[in-house]
Amino acid sequence: MPSLDDLRKRISSVKSTQKITKAMKMVAAAKLRKAQESAEKGRPFSRKMNDIILNLTTSMSNTDNAPKLLIGTGKDETHLCVIMTADRGLCGGFNSNVCKLAKVHFEKNLKENKNLKIITVGTKGFDQLKREYGKYIIEKITFKDKRQIGFVEAEVIGKKILDLFEKKEFDKCTLFFNQFKNVITQTPQAQQIIPAKKNGNSEKEEKQEQEFYEFEPDQDEILEDLLPKNISTQVYKAFLENAASEQGSRMTAMDNATRNAGDLVEKLTINYNRSRQASITKELIEIISGAESL
Amino acid sequence: MSEVFNLEIISPEKTIMKSEVLQVSLPGFEGEMTILKDHISLITFLRPGIIEVEGNQTKEKFFAEGGTVEFKNNNLLILSSLILNLKDLRQDYTQKMIEQAKEDLSKSTFNDKEKYLLAYKIDTLEKLKV
Repeated sequence: MPSLDDLRKRISSVKSTQKITKAMKMVAAAKLRKAQESAEKGRPFSRKMNDIILNLTTSMSNTDNAPKLLIGTGKDETHLCVIMTADRGLCGGFNSNVCKLAKVHFEKNLKENKNLKIITVGTKGFDQLKREYGKYIIEKITFKDKRQIGFVEAEVIGKKILDLFEKKEFDKCTLFFNQFKNVITQTPQAQQIIPAKKNGNSEKEEKQEQEFYEFEPDQDEILEDLLPKNISTQVYKAFLENAASEQGSRMTAMDNATRNAGDLVEKLTINYNRSRQASITKELIEIISGAESL
Repeated sequence: MSEVFNLEIISPEKTIMKSEVLQVSLPGFEGEMTILKDHISLITFLRPGIIEVEGNQTKEKFFAEGGTVEFKNNNLLILSSLILNLKDLRQDYTQKMIEQAKEDLSKSTFNDKEKYLLAYKIDTLEKLKV
């Protein structure tokens, strides 16, 4: 049985923890609104970009001399995985979920005897992966000192990916990030960006009658200009989704922590009051029995 | 009223403009072009320059550093990673962009196409200054 003093100390320590988690929750909530807004504002760009590329490729007659970014190198040996995580912890399963999904992907590739290359964006992902997959990590990028991640930062990563691709360092590139659904749900996602995958549009294509476009300059040149841009755009989208997810995840995690702390304080207080009452009763009995014996 | 078509200008950060307009002039990669209603479906990309948008009563100008344009079924879509309304463009920022572009131009790492684009950028910005 802990002494009254111990209990009192524990209660006050839990209370101050609760204060911290509450403050973090509030900060996350404020940041979330902003992040969510920019994630939603950023969505049209990447969606329309995809649409244009889709329109371009469907109206393309011969795919033989299409850019490599679109159809791939023809090989399937080396996979590049870009893992996007946060720089900060204390946000529930946010970082671990992405890493878990990535690890499944790694194992699958390693089993098939494929080469693996990893780029981690954000320090937390690197921390989680370095023990098991440290030798595959070719680069770690972090924007810890940047307050707001803009398109410029996404372009930096996009350029790096493109450089590697031009040097024929990999055949396939997959992006891992958290898709923001709402405050409570964020789903980790793996999105293949090279070669550009037409995701589930087969039925749509059939419905869509062939569109005739005028191209200026010609189709190939437009594609060559557009595809690298699309890489940066997808990275940027992942950044935005990630930022919103991180704050959402942190908010829920801290909300739970605050509630748990509240429960704990309640329990401890009951405990404390009981033992206080017990000691008072004990003292009274001692006094009374002492008086009676006189 | 039937002469209008829809225009959407989108940057990675947000939708900059979405409205019905009468005509739009664009700095196309192979030359200036103006788009009116019922233009043929078109995909092209931009070189640095000024986009002029003419609505019913309004007239707006944007500076775009590049981007992609799609026109389909009377919907004009402009995607650009750097696009600014001229109203928001400040002199010192313009100056900074010119200097940056000039510096880039002097480097020999760029190929002809990139140099061509940079030259256009400087040109356009210089004109804006006056």
